Amino acid sequence: MSAIGNSRKAETLERAFAGRSLWADARARLFKNRAAVASMIVLAIITLMALFAPYLSRYAYDAIDYDLVSCAPSWWPGDAACSAGGTHWFGTDAVGRDLFVRVLYGARVSLAVGVVATLVSLVIGVLYGATAGYLGGRVDAVMMRAVDILYSLPFIFFVIILMVMFDRNFILLFVAIGAVVWLTMARIVRGQTLSAKQKEYIEAARAAGVSPFAIITRHIIPNVVGPVVVYVTLTVPDVILTESFLSFLGLGIQEPLTSWGVLISDGANTMESAPWLLVFPALFMAVTLFCFNFIGDGLRDALDPKDY
Amino acid sequence: MGALLEIRDLDVRFSTQDGEVHAVKRVSLDIHEGTCLGVVGESGSGKSQLFLAAMGLLAANGKVSGSVRYRGQELLGLPAQQLNQFRGSKITMIFQDPLTSLTPHMNVGAQIVEALTQHRKMPRDEAQTRAREMLDYVRIPESGRRMRQYPHELSGGMRQRVMIAMATITGPDLVIADEPTTALDVTVQAQILEILRALKTDKKTALALISHDMGVIAGNADEVQVMRHGEVVERGPVDAIFYAPQQDYTKMLLAAMPRLSDPVRLATEPREILLDVKDVVVTFPVKGDGFFAKTRPLRAVDGVSFTLRAGETLGVVGESGCGKSTLARAVLQLIPPDAGQVVWLGRDLTQAQQREIRGARKDFQIVFQDPLASLDPRMPIGVSIAEPLKTLEPGLSRSTVRARVATMMAQVGLDPAWINRYPHELSGGQNQRVGIARAMIVRPKMVICDEAVSALDVSIQAQIVDLLKSLQAETGLALIFISHDLAVVRQISHRVMVLYLGRVVESADAGTLYDDPRHPYTRALLSAIPTPDPEVERARARTLLTGDLPSPLDSRAQLTFLKSKRIDDPDAVQYRPKLLEVSPGHLVAEFD
Repeated sequence: MSAIGNSRKAETLERAFAGRSLWADARARLFKNRAAVASMIVLAIITLMALFAPYLSRYAYDAIDYDLVSCAPSWWPGDAACSAGGTHWFGTDAVGRDLFVRVLYGARVSLAVGVVATLVSLVIGVLYGATAGYLGGRVDAVMMRAVDILYSLPFIFFVIILMVMFDRNFILLFVAIGAVVWLTMARIVRGQTLSAKQKEYIEAARAAGVSPFAIITRHIIPNVVGPVVVYVTLTVPDVILTESFLSFLGLGIQEPLTSWGVLISDGANTMESAPWLLVFPALFMAVTLFCFNFIGDGLRDALDPKDY
Repeated sequence: MGALLEIRDLDVRFSTQDGEVHAVKRVSLDIHEGTCLGVVGESGSGKSQLFLAAMGLLAANGKVSGSVRYRGQELLGLPAQQLNQFRGSKITMIFQDPLTSLTPHMNVGAQIVEALTQHRKMPRDEAQTRAREMLDYVRIPESGRRMRQYPHELSGGMRQRVMIAMATITGPDLVIADEPTTALDVTVQAQILEILRALKTDKKTALALISHDMGVIAGNADEVQVMRHGEVVERGPVDAIFYAPQQDYTKMLLAAMPRLSDPVRLATEPREILLDVKDVVVTFPVKGDGFFAKTRPLRAVDGVSFTLRAGETLGVVGESGCGKSTLARAVLQLIPPDAGQVVWLGRDLTQAQQREIRGARKDFQIVFQDPLASLDPRMPIGVSIAEPLKTLEPGLSRSTVRARVATMMAQVGLDPAWINRYPHELSGGQNQRVGIARAMIVRPKMVICDEAVSALDVSIQAQIVDLLKSLQAETGLALIFISHDLAVVRQISHRVMVLYLGRVVESADAGTLYDDPRHPYTRALLSAIPTPDPEVERARARTLLTGDLPSPLDSRAQLTFLKSKRIDDPDAVQYRPKLLEVSPGHLVAEFD
């Protein structure tokens, strides 16, 4: 009896003495944030639905049915033009394809582009910006002028050159978008780093013999994470919209494949006659962006021990 | 006769996320016309909040109850418009940090004039003349030119004078000075206190002097009120409080004040030479005016030499801007010196590679001034303390690191169970203990304390000095103790070195330096230290130095104490005062 009590006491004592890192603390705090957790669940559901899209609907995403063109969902009020459309939950588009399955296929592209391009921009931008800001002086000047030059290239021109050089393909979309969005990230991180490196704790770390790379990764980056996370949550929708713009120009995703951006821009054209073509993709996109925003806010708060 | 300001049962509460904070607990006080009330207490005692609340300047989440009467008129709960008839005109305030309380984009003249045109409805040119007179009164030289300058162009002491001018120009009955000298050097502090005293005697202005420093209160206050945790612990006439304190807390505060008369017991005997610094020079490029301006080198540290032995404490003293922090960083190779040698155990670090220096860092560590700023806000303190250990002794197992962190924390008086706390969850004194633990964990041979106790309350200061001494006794480490406070330096140092504008003006054994100071600058510094003894304070004429530290870019500045050799041209190459050995080990720079 007392042995059990003792071992339990030793265990709690051990736990109290076990060091925790910022990241472990941040994870715990993030999971206490209800909005963030709910958002993660919703995002996970959308992702799973996108992954298992073929099993969730009996229609193929490219199956054309000229008998059921622009059919409203069966439950749509005041419209019963296509009584056979009862199984098209979200209705059909102008060539009779099932919108539900197309929204899910669109999610694949949009989420992939949004997340991957943002992650790429995050990694490159943060490392590049933090390095330039921390080293300062001439290195900083050269690195930031390189960014300025890339900034000044017209985006569309840049994408067209890429397409001409490498042919059109899906990967290129990531490269093109990623190549552009990291620039702003690098700028933001550099500015934050410049102010962070003046702080005494950076000097303290130098006095402790910590190497420049470890200072950047261990001290600077965690301390610039607030504005970075906010910018990331703004980047994801931006990237998704950029993709639809490229697709609109014929430089991105090609029919019959689709993305939310493409669906929304098509839907906007038929807003008056077939509003569901706009409503459903837009709804999915809006929910996703909300989720990213809540997760971003949660992350920022979780990574700031003072806010807790 | 009724009191000028009567505060009755003033209660201040703040609602915060962590629940309600009861900052001031039913405090009553009277301030009579033409007298000075000193309010003493440590940080967090509610002394500032008390007066902010009385002036209706409380933060939005604060709640006040009680009564504040000015000449019988209730101030609490008055609408802002009516309150402003008194606030800023009859009752004015001076804050600790004059830079944040002056508007940065208005020149100081305009700001003073504004106070007059707002409250006195005075015509502009008359106000201008009054403002100039007032600046002369607070002893600002060249007041005409200063009127057109912006706050950032003035030194801290000048700015505080401008604040005093602004606060007194409307002829208030009461000036509330909230830690008016805490951010200033001792010599400047002495001058500011003298101005405040003159205000009381010449203009019959009542003064509420809020400070954590018993020495500041002693010379000025007629009555003293000691606060702790939002309550008044003790109150009474100044002599009674200082000579016959009743409460333990007051006694503790008085005892914690370092005095020059206290006996000093040092922990260790100096042994072999560890560090030999020879003629170190550090310059910073300073940009001149204009587009194509040349940069000029500012010699922040200009040919400083000293040695440090194992187990010895070297005190480095000087005003802000004298290069003491730069010297520390140059010794640690955090800033590469432009000339000179830093020889550590026979090896010249200025010639060593970065990698070599990083290896040698195990032997010398630093404790910074601002304990909160020098800890990464996003690192639990356990990780912060472990960082030098992990970097400098890689290959230690996790459990060894954890054990050493726990031992170290216990050694500096921190609960080892706090490893997962963040710096903002600890007090200033506790954070400074974390800083010391971080410096000590690699068992260094030397630790530099750069103003390590200056930002702390006196009682905490004493604890930290004792901690450093006991660590020194246990490990025999050498300390370089940098401070602007000569009284604290005396508590811990074997030798003391006085810096003036990057050069050594005097250096000697602590006993010799304090008993027999030779250089006029050392004497001025010593005379400016406030003592917690009202009689001594009232009797003393302390202003040995007037004005501020001159600009180090002006080459004449170096010869302030040797005017006979001075060439009157700010860019000329000047004579360099020699360090003369007046007695063995006692070096003094030449002076007139």
